[in-house]
Amino acid sequence: MDEKFIEISKLYKSFYNKKQKIEVLKGIDLSVEKGEIYGIVGFSGAGKSTLVRCINRLEEPDSGMVKIGAQEITSLGKAALNEQRRKIGMIFQQFNLFDSMTVEKNIAYPLKLTGVTGKEADARVEEMLNLVGLTEKKNAYPGELSGGQKQRVGIARALANRPDVLLSDEATSALDPQTTLSVLDLLKEINQKLGLTIILITHELEVIKYTCHRMAVMEDGKLLEQGLVEDIFSHPQCETARNFIRVYNQFRNDYQKEEVR
Amino acid sequence: MSLYKYSFFEVLMHSFSAEVWAQVLPAISETMYMVGVSSIFVLVFGIILGLVLVMTSKEGLVPCKVIHTILGAIINCFRSLPQVIIIIVMLPVARALVGKSYGSNACIISLVASCVPLFARLVESSLLEIDKGKIEAAKAMGSGNMRILFTIMVPETLPSLIRAFTNAVVIVISMTALAGSFGAGGIGYIAVTYGYTRFQHDLLFATIIVLIVIVQAVQIVGDTLSKIILKKRHLI
Ligand SMILES: Nc1ncnc2c1ncn2[C@@H]1O[C@H](COP(=O)(O)OP(=O)(O)OP(=O)(O)O)[C@@H](O)[C@H]1O
Ligand SMILES: [Mg+2]
Repeated sequence: MDEKFIEISKLYKSFYNKKQKIEVLKGIDLSVEKGEIYGIVGFSGAGKSTLVRCINRLEEPDSGMVKIGAQEITSLGKAALNEQRRKIGMIFQQFNLFDSMTVEKNIAYPLKLTGVTGKEADARVEEMLNLVGLTEKKNAYPGELSGGQKQRVGIARALANRPDVLLSDEATSALDPQTTLSVLDLLKEINQKLGLTIILITHELEVIKYTCHRMAVMEDGKLLEQGLVEDIFSHPQCETARNFIRVYNQFRNDYQKEEVR
Repeated sequence: MSLYKYSFFEVLMHSFSAEVWAQVLPAISETMYMVGVSSIFVLVFGIILGLVLVMTSKEGLVPCKVIHTILGAIINCFRSLPQVIIIIVMLPVARALVGKSYGSNACIISLVASCVPLFARLVESSLLEIDKGKIEAAKAMGSGNMRILFTIMVPETLPSLIRAFTNAVVIVISMTALAGSFGAGGIGYIAVTYGYTRFQHDLLFATIIVLIVIVQAVQIVGDTLSKIILKKRHLI
């Protein structure tokens, strides 16, 4: 596990609000190894979502480069980009399932894009349902599922085309603690089973501590600190990381006190 | 029967008589023909224009300021004119297209001219209701714009689109009655010539009853369809 798989260099992105320029990404350099779960933590507004959306170009970066494997994403034309996006799964905080389709149809939707149809598609949907443990919900509509179940469908849909990368933008932020744990367990499981590389964005440090191998701390459009999760937890270098960890420890201590009482 | 000679109740009772309905029934079928044909045109062109509006808007899938602005301006022009004026304006157009400026087919042209812009705006606002996240998700999967439009945006907003079309049909119906007074025939013609000019209020009552029943039926069908879909998706 020593191979640079996702490479981001000198990534800049600004938004314009009534002619006023808001710099959101100010030169991001990041590399993620194949098969690892990479966490990015930061306060609200740090630019985490913008960064992850630049990876599959839901947001067009102003400058800089994004590379996945040998493929430079930032230089792709429209058609080639769509082709490449089919190899990059993405899950969202609000799940973004299609309410007009059953669970089965939701999972089959990306398969149609890659021309997987008929029996092969059915088998793939079945396989995905098994993976996320929702076989009995095959014919349900998203409207009848709980948040955790919806995110499982989201994961199944994102994995249907057997992508190399999964981007997760606050995928557990709308879920209760217990459901969060089970979804994170699922992500760890598919990471192991399929060797999937996962980039996990969150503002909850415990999510990173529980799930990730390496992490970065983001603030104000910059990555302040990167490294192994245990290193950053034991020796945080930057003020933001120390802040995060202080809050994290405080919560844990309070929580343990509660339990003792 | 006029209200000037008979009591309200007597006129109302007479509005159900066979004699009255012998005149009203053919008018109903004429009105239905105009409403039906116009609604189909309104549906087709309204959807197309509504989709173009949404697609070309600044936040749309294929932003195009020129098309969006010009189309929006044309639609607004038509929408700022009262229906009576649209009917009058469209008379020469109807003559050019169907050879005469009166009768059902001429009427359909002014109905379409007035209701397509209205329905296009309704379609636009229905489609804009969609959760942007769903479009993002489809984009992230590598779905093309046309596919997103027809497999995500339209199906996801279908209940709202059905309601919008129901509203449009109700307006088509009321406009058909209005156009009746400009020689289009149908229910509106009966109401104006007999109910207004000749004081045959029993006939006027009958047309009112017919219009209420038709509009109610359309509304119920539209609401029910939309509800069935929402129920099926467990969204209500
Ligand atoms: N489309 C946009 N137009 C203008 N400004 C934007 C746009 N998207 C994001 N921003 C701004 O960019 C900054 C970073 O936003 P971003 O969503 O990347 O933050 P985040 O770290 O994901 O925050 P959160 O934890 O709240 O999700 C914010 O100040 C936001 O207002
Ligand atoms: Mg965010």
